[in-house]
Amino acid sequence: MSSSSSDDDDRIPFSRRPEWSDVRPVPQDDGPHPIVPIAYRDDFRETMDYFRAVYIADERSRRALDLTTEAIGMNPGNYTVWHFRRLVLEALNVDLHEERDFINQIAIRNSKNYQIWHHRRWVAENLGPEAADKELEFTKSILALDAKNYHAWSHRQWILLSLGGWEKELDYCCKLLEDDIFNNSAWNQRYFVITKSPVLGGLQAMRDSEVSYTVEAILANPQNESPWRYLRGLYKGDTDLLVSDNQVSDVCLKVLKTNLNYTFALSLLLDLLSYGFQPSDELKTVIEALRKTEPDSSDANLATTICSLLETVDPMRSNYWAWRKNNLPFQVC
Amino acid sequence: MESSSSFSRSSFSASPNTGLDQQPKLTVTQLVQLEVEEKVAQIYRVLNGVSPHAQSLMSELWRDKHVEFLTRGLEQLGPSYHVLDANRPWLCYWILHSIALLGEPLDPELENNVADFLSHCEDKDGGYGGGPGQLPHLATTYAAVNTLITLGSENALSSINRDNLYKFLLRMKDSSGAFRMHDAGEIDVRASYTAISVASILNILDHELAKDVGNYILRCQTYEGGIAGEPGSEAHGGYTFCGLATMILINEADRLDLSSLLDWVAFRQGVEGGFQGRTNKLVDGCYSFWQGGVLALMQRLLLIVDKQLMPSSDNGESSSIGSTCSIKSSDLVGQGSGKLSDIGFHFVKIYAESVPLFHSIALQQYILLCSQVLEGGFKDKPGKYRDFYHSCYCLSGLSVSQYSWWKDAGASPLPTAVLGPYCNLLEPIHPLYNVVLDRYHKSFDFFSTS
Repeated sequence: MSSSSSDDDDRIPFSRRPEWSDVRPVPQDDGPHPIVPIAYRDDFRETMDYFRAVYIADERSRRALDLTTEAIGMNPGNYTVWHFRRLVLEALNVDLHEERDFINQIAIRNSKNYQIWHHRRWVAENLGPEAADKELEFTKSILALDAKNYHAWSHRQWILLSLGGWEKELDYCCKLLEDDIFNNSAWNQRYFVITKSPVLGGLQAMRDSEVSYTVEAILANPQNESPWRYLRGLYKGDTDLLVSDNQVSDVCLKVLKTNLNYTFALSLLLDLLSYGFQPSDELKTVIEALRKTEPDSSDANLATTICSLLETVDPMRSNYWAWRKNNLPFQVC
Repeated sequence: MESSSSFSRSSFSASPNTGLDQQPKLTVTQLVQLEVEEKVAQIYRVLNGVSPHAQSLMSELWRDKHVEFLTRGLEQLGPSYHVLDANRPWLCYWILHSIALLGEPLDPELENNVADFLSHCEDKDGGYGGGPGQLPHLATTYAAVNTLITLGSENALSSINRDNLYKFLLRMKDSSGAFRMHDAGEIDVRASYTAISVASILNILDHELAKDVGNYILRCQTYEGGIAGEPGSEAHGGYTFCGLATMILINEADRLDLSSLLDWVAFRQGVEGGFQGRTNKLVDGCYSFWQGGVLALMQRLLLIVDKQLMPSSDNGESSSIGSTCSIKSSDLVGQGSGKLSDIGFHFVKIYAESVPLFHSIALQQYILLCSQVLEGGFKDKPGKYRDFYHSCYCLSGLSVSQYSWWKDAGASPLPTAVLGPYCNLLEPIHPLYNVVLDRYHKSFDFFSTS
């Protein structure tokens, strides 16, 4: 929990500021028996008392704006203060470029706060398409500190959809995945770009090259769940194609042959079989070989064999695999 | 029950150089994961090296310490809590729900004081704000209502102005069907859940409130199978719980791709025994509830999953909902009265036919040994500090896992379902609202007659 403001020592209480002399502060009404009472510091209590006064009076003035700046500095999670600040900004017709500089400073220290990002979206929306580049740069700087910051990614997606700036987005995803191929947020963004970008032609047009990219990522790190889920995603809504595309079963086969971390390969194969995939003799042989390394499995068909194997190699999910085994689609059994 | 021995292999450690492509060095994701795995492994090595008696002692829930930590928070919080000054109903809920899970009675005077304090947070036009005089907000409304239901007294239940609350919920509804957190606030899946949960539990949920919410949640289910906060974002445990619970409460769960949701959430339990919130992120005790809760809900939806797995219904299009062959949640919950608010009541009557689809003992082990703080309270993971949020959701997750084998409301869970001494057993919850089950029933009776 950060200190409530950066210049505590220089702070002059509102009660000693001449421009506030006409305002009577409004204390918080917690009732006679407050619960979860917070031992507020004096500066925090006083700032909120003055905030309540201008909020109740609905005073949309310059000094009210400055007051919200101080109150937000002390607690950026107070959505009422942010909401009121927007009303004041609108009333005063303030240049929102300044507002963006203000949020930049607050956001670096509070990058996981809903209110700041909502406010930022409001500012960007009002500034319009000219704001796109700066917003993309800003989220990039936050993602440089934490490449999985949920709010930053949501904001970035909103900017792309509402204000544009798609041109270099796939390159950006590639760069982040080059840094950390396990970064699932970057994979998710990649999916967003492939399916939504107006400059790429959509999922169907991109599928082949995306499958190649993903297969390469899987073979480099078969224990990385992200590309396995991404690969399924590339065939979303088209299980027939998932089943018939040899590239999918081939990557499973390759990983199974390496004999390392094959949980995800088995899991994908199980889905393929459930959707009606007809396994090749080679695949059957490879799985049969794996089965022999695991004792006491004499299963009736390939899908049940895979479930049994998964129960053994993936003990954390043994209940799940047992359930899958008992609930295979009838034509697979 | 003996401790879990599934802590055996790392999910992340890089392949030896026999891999097809050599990794020159570990990525950030791998490095932080290995650090956490090492800390957790140290704890489990100690556990596995001691006698069964000492193991049981190590797995004990320190009830008195937790109650002490929680009660102190109700009475006074230090100056650093000013950052939660707009979350005070949440603080009430996290603390009082935890105390209720522990089965600890509350002093009647304290009960009245809580109800009185929350009435100071209630807006004159409906809904509850983060503190006295603050704008009404859906999340703090959810927290306030759940707190009052947890208190359970007539005074507490009757203090809620349901007419105004209904109007507030309608005001927060966007033309898309989704909800905003507050006046001109953000739209996301949390907002939909908190609005629908509150309406359902107070018996004011109708078709106008529920209209098109399902369309929004559907747009938030991702290619991974889980649900995101907004369309396009990444699948996430908290939002997946919120989205799935919402869909069940409005009787539209069958519109989701439940088999991919189940597969995604099953994979969120890591080698540590606890859950991560997203793919390739670190374990965190709070997801014991968010993800564990999703699995508890899924355990009661397996008939729909089965149905979806049949190739005949796998035509991609989910718009065939109204068709006669699809199973609605209401078919599972017995005779739906046609009243949306009763779905939560019927849902909890179904006892899961399957065993839990996660490793419930491994989860309890993570909560008790890695998240529990011996001085009271719970934390995210070893090396972090305790707080009320994690205390609430670790205890909620512990309850969910202890009751995950539960078949018969009349009987207690089997001792084999409870890790550590049997006195670790908590109160059961209603998994759609996350309030203690008997408090839920009391409020259901109250709001269906009043």
